[in-house]
Amino acid sequence: MASKLMAAILCRRASHLRALSSAPAALTTPPPAAEPYEDATGISTKGVKISGRPLYLDVQATSPVDPRVLDAMLPYYLSRFGNPHSRTHLYGWESDDAVERGRAQVAALINASPKEIVFTSGATESNNISIKGVLHFYKDKKRHVITTQTEHKCVLDSCRHLQQEGFEVTYLPVHSDGLVDLNQLRAAIRPDTGLVSVMMVNNEIGVIQPMEEIGKICKEFNVPLHTDAAQALGKIPIDVEKINVSLMSLSGHKIYGPKGIGALYMRRRPRIRVEPQMNGGGQERGIRSGTVPTPLVVGMGAACELAMKEMEYDEKRINKLQERLFNGIKAKLDGVVVNGSTEKRYAGNLNLSFAYVEGESLLMGLKEVAVSSGSACTSASLEPSYVLRALGVDEDMAHTSIRFGIGRFTTEAEIDRAIELTVQQVEKLRDMSPLYEMVKEGIDIKNIQWTQH
Amino acid sequence: MLRPASKRLLGLGFRGAQTPAARLYHERVVDHYNNPRNVGSFDKNDPTVGTGLVGAPACGDVMKLQIKVDDQTGKIVDACFKTFGCGSAIASSSVATEWVKGKQMEEVLSIKNTEIAKHLSLPPVKLHCSMLAEDAIKAAVKDYEAKRVKSNGDLEDAPAEKAANA
Repeated sequence: MASKLMAAILCRRASHLRALSSAPAALTTPPPAAEPYEDATGISTKGVKISGRPLYLDVQATSPVDPRVLDAMLPYYLSRFGNPHSRTHLYGWESDDAVERGRAQVAALINASPKEIVFTSGATESNNISIKGVLHFYKDKKRHVITTQTEHKCVLDSCRHLQQEGFEVTYLPVHSDGLVDLNQLRAAIRPDTGLVSVMMVNNEIGVIQPMEEIGKICKEFNVPLHTDAAQALGKIPIDVEKINVSLMSLSGHKIYGPKGIGALYMRRRPRIRVEPQMNGGGQERGIRSGTVPTPLVVGMGAACELAMKEMEYDEKRINKLQERLFNGIKAKLDGVVVNGSTEKRYAGNLNLSFAYVEGESLLMGLKEVAVSSGSACTSASLEPSYVLRALGVDEDMAHTSIRFGIGRFTTEAEIDRAIELTVQQVEKLRDMSPLYEMVKEGIDIKNIQWTQH
Repeated sequence: MLRPASKRLLGLGFRGAQTPAARLYHERVVDHYNNPRNVGSFDKNDPTVGTGLVGAPACGDVMKLQIKVDDQTGKIVDACFKTFGCGSAIASSSVATEWVKGKQMEEVLSIKNTEIAKHLSLPPVKLHCSMLAEDAIKAAVKDYEAKRVKSNGDLEDAPAEKAANA
């Protein structure tokens, strides 16, 4: 008791960082540690204390590993731990068998042949191999790449790298619903176009691109098509024959599989050639050298098999939950806008903008819900998300977006609680917002001369 | 037993001071967000009220700071704010309203954004929030003085009067 008093006095004098909190009992003053720490009353991290782990509504960022997938993986860590490339003993042979089984499971989900699947460390690596690998291989004849403005950062960065090497890149704009304009795509294709890259399902806004039409256009002009299907795998039906795609990037941890594994589908008829980005012993047909991580491959394979079985059931369930979430929020709040097309959309991704409320402050209030935002403050620069900007969303609305992700393990109770918390926080922030006040008074915000900073 | 306990807490305290701002919300920022002081509005047309509206929705930050000034003494008797912005912006403007209350108008013009930033331990990427708060204070004072000029019809007398009564 006395020591605590002593310590308190010393602390007050020593560190000005310690807040002399006069706040109500609910907000305690934990030490300014970056590590979260738990005690009987809850979890404390970054100056905030919450009563338990937050509800997870950020499935587009990553997903929990399905327990059945973990069951499949464990033997390959503990007892069957061989290197699949060891040809001389049982450990190697059984490991190799497991890798081939996993390969077949992944291929089955996209209607491909197992010989067309190459395992990588993730969709980012697959994207790198596709874009840089294809263009480097055909660099004498093909100098042009077409992609969209809403691609994942790794695709855009690979294209920028190519630009620095002297290639040309066309970044196609999108409509306000997030879909690519097919006529513009057609017009952009040149005789020296080496690759068209369009992601199947957007990670931020969940919009599904018209892949079959894009595939037809590419076949007409005989240009290879690459798609980043990391968010689409296992969620919407994918058939590489129908889409006529030459390269497809897949990710393990978005479909309830382990992190650190992905795959690249490479068409064999007609054959697409790439220059490898990882040199070494020639594993994975020379495309990606390095020991193939057997447990991770087994995990991804198991996840794909489960996804094939449960896709329909998951889809129905997630659709219902999305409706519940959206209707629940719309019933209590006005000024809610969905970013991206409402029809061509994957149900598990709901990106909403709340007018007159800023995204980061809303996230701060939603500390018991794990969601993500497209707001400037949450990125390192002060720019709002480039995807939202490409949609042509007004800059003040781009600062207000929140992405809710619904997955296989999301429950109705979680959705209801998320609705409750969101409505509460938005109302509180709108009370604090001068823009909302002005709108209520009838002033048109768009016509005011703001003092720029 | 006293010394190791206090050393440990002291140690933590100093370590905290040196921790790089890895997106850490300082407790004060969270406190101001959860229990905002002085949110509200005064009547814009009231002659004793000065309104400062700064920022732009395009930048993601808009602050409206209002001060109620006692005509006789030039003292700020009340202040309130409304903010569209991130947690640090809300906290900066909330702190600004707390600090201007009970001060003279000339005094509050000397409030610096660096003081607000230090009080809230704002990381470098959030310093513009405190700058905006400083601008809001200045804009509110300017607005009040402009109103006074309009009502008195005399620019010279107003500051002289305040100086005499201060």
